[in-house]
Amino acid sequence: MLRRPFFWIITLVIAAFAVSPLIGNNVELRESLALAAVYITLASNLNLMLGYAGYINFGSIVFFGLGGYICIWLVDAHSWPLGYSLLAAAIGVSILSLIFGLGILRLRGPFFALSTIGIVEGVQAFVENFKPWGGSSGIYISPEVFKPLGGPGPALWVIYFLFVAVMGASLYLSYGIKISKFGLGLLAIGQNEDAAAILGVPTPRYKALCYSASAFLPAIAGGLYFFKGAFIQPSDAFDLTLSTEAIVICMLGGQGTVSGVALGAYLYEELRGYLLTSSTFSNFQLVIAGLLLLVIVLFFPSGLMGFIHSRFPRTQKVLE
Amino acid sequence: MTAMLELDRVTKRFGGLLAVNNLSFVMQPGEILGLIGPNGAGKSTLFNLINGVFVPNSGRIVFNGIDITGEKPFLVAHHGLARTHQIVQPLTNMTVLENCTVGACFGREDLPLHRATEAARRAAALVGLDDRLHMLALHLTIAGKKRLELARALAAQPKLLLLDEVLAGLNPTEVEHMIGVIRRIRDSGVTILIIEHLMQAIMSLSDRIVVLNYGEKLAEGLPADVARDPQVIEAYLGDPKLAMQLESKDGGASHGNAANV
Repeated sequence: MLRRPFFWIITLVIAAFAVSPLIGNNVELRESLALAAVYITLASNLNLMLGYAGYINFGSIVFFGLGGYICIWLVDAHSWPLGYSLLAAAIGVSILSLIFGLGILRLRGPFFALSTIGIVEGVQAFVENFKPWGGSSGIYISPEVFKPLGGPGPALWVIYFLFVAVMGASLYLSYGIKISKFGLGLLAIGQNEDAAAILGVPTPRYKALCYSASAFLPAIAGGLYFFKGAFIQPSDAFDLTLSTEAIVICMLGGQGTVSGVALGAYLYEELRGYLLTSSTFSNFQLVIAGLLLLVIVLFFPSGLMGFIHSRFPRTQKVLE
Repeated sequence: MTAMLELDRVTKRFGGLLAVNNLSFVMQPGEILGLIGPNGAGKSTLFNLINGVFVPNSGRIVFNGIDITGEKPFLVAHHGLARTHQIVQPLTNMTVLENCTVGACFGREDLPLHRATEAARRAAALVGLDDRLHMLALHLTIAGKKRLELARALAAQPKLLLLDEVLAGLNPTEVEHMIGVIRRIRDSGVTILIIEHLMQAIMSLSDRIVVLNYGEKLAEGLPADVARDPQVIEAYLGDPKLAMQLESKDGGASHGNAANV
């Protein structure tokens, strides 16, 4: 792995994320990059299912939201330290998604996609009625919890570096899977599941593992995200908008590629930031996202990276 | 010696249709068994039963001493049984080498990735695809895709290979090349069960022939004997003259009556 150029490209990107807001203590840049890191995390992990195994998961947000809930609940009601809460959230959500996955991954194509929306709705309805998690009014955490991290100001920096770490882990995971035997099996499933099974790929196990693996890091990102905001409620935690945006990002960057999805996420975040703040286009980003998706599907089905790869074939060896 | 493949009264029904009816036969290690029969006789269904795509309604399928009746296709593949498809099923957006590597990785040997790549290269070379290793499977010609099917199955280093019409749609030169490849595969110790409509080819390749009609076994025996069987002629070959020709061309030499055609 260390001898592959792409490994070092990922390392360089992580370093750039970590260092650039430190220069001149640029808080505005930090917030923008934090959001980009969340998008990269969500999209890269969605890419494991969408780009590798060829299963459209509309419900990837459920990992993020559940991770958030478990983490906030542990921090708030049980006074766990942040680190343990995040880890517990990730493990809990992965196990849950393994169980869900073994069920719904018997479905294919549009039926699977629909069932993933069903899971989001189901989990949201459960949480809205679950008293220990505050039902539909959610959970507030007191600013006291930031104390172990050195108070609210420094805590934001700690959280930012954790976001970057989770993003980095997502990129390494995506790449590591892609160059492994597991990844080859997933790609084969994505191309032709029946043929893959006949060639000996253990399809049910691989799909469930992939689904579960794609839940781990988004759950941590969710925990961090809602910890940062000190508040979580069902309508934020299980907002289908973010799932849809993650799909748009994968398509935009080039599903199945690691670099394309990361680049797509970064560009999408920048565009979204611009559209949210500009006076003419406020709250217009979803319309743009929809149009973007339409144009990509019609004219660039393999996305940005597919376009770059076909224009400059040499980049295929370097940018995975 | 354990039989390589043993079918014991296998039956498969689709609604009211008996696709395979009470079928039994045994294959010995190292032999090439030809499976022939009119369209819709149940040949491809039989392949799907053997490698686990369909589960038989009754009967037993034993592969190399292991009962594989109703096992999932990927488990059957791990035991060392590989197949090709009549309608080619390439992994379209992957290269020839990657296609073969999937076969090698998840086949009988369960190889790690770097060793699988080597096995994949060897398999591709055996079928003559070594000059197109980095071409995407979707860009191959139909003959190329047929070869890819074969290479991918071989990369798994199977004990038993099921070939479903690998010669169909190929031109005479390609057919000749493919027959050579199949002989070499057998010489390397692989047992082969082959479905084929090209009578000349299957009569010369096979050690024994099983004839299916309406899902039942109509005849079984040496190619020459099968071609002479009046029932087979009526059900499948239709034209007795063609049967005579086949017999004299292929079965004839080994039976000493090389006088005609």
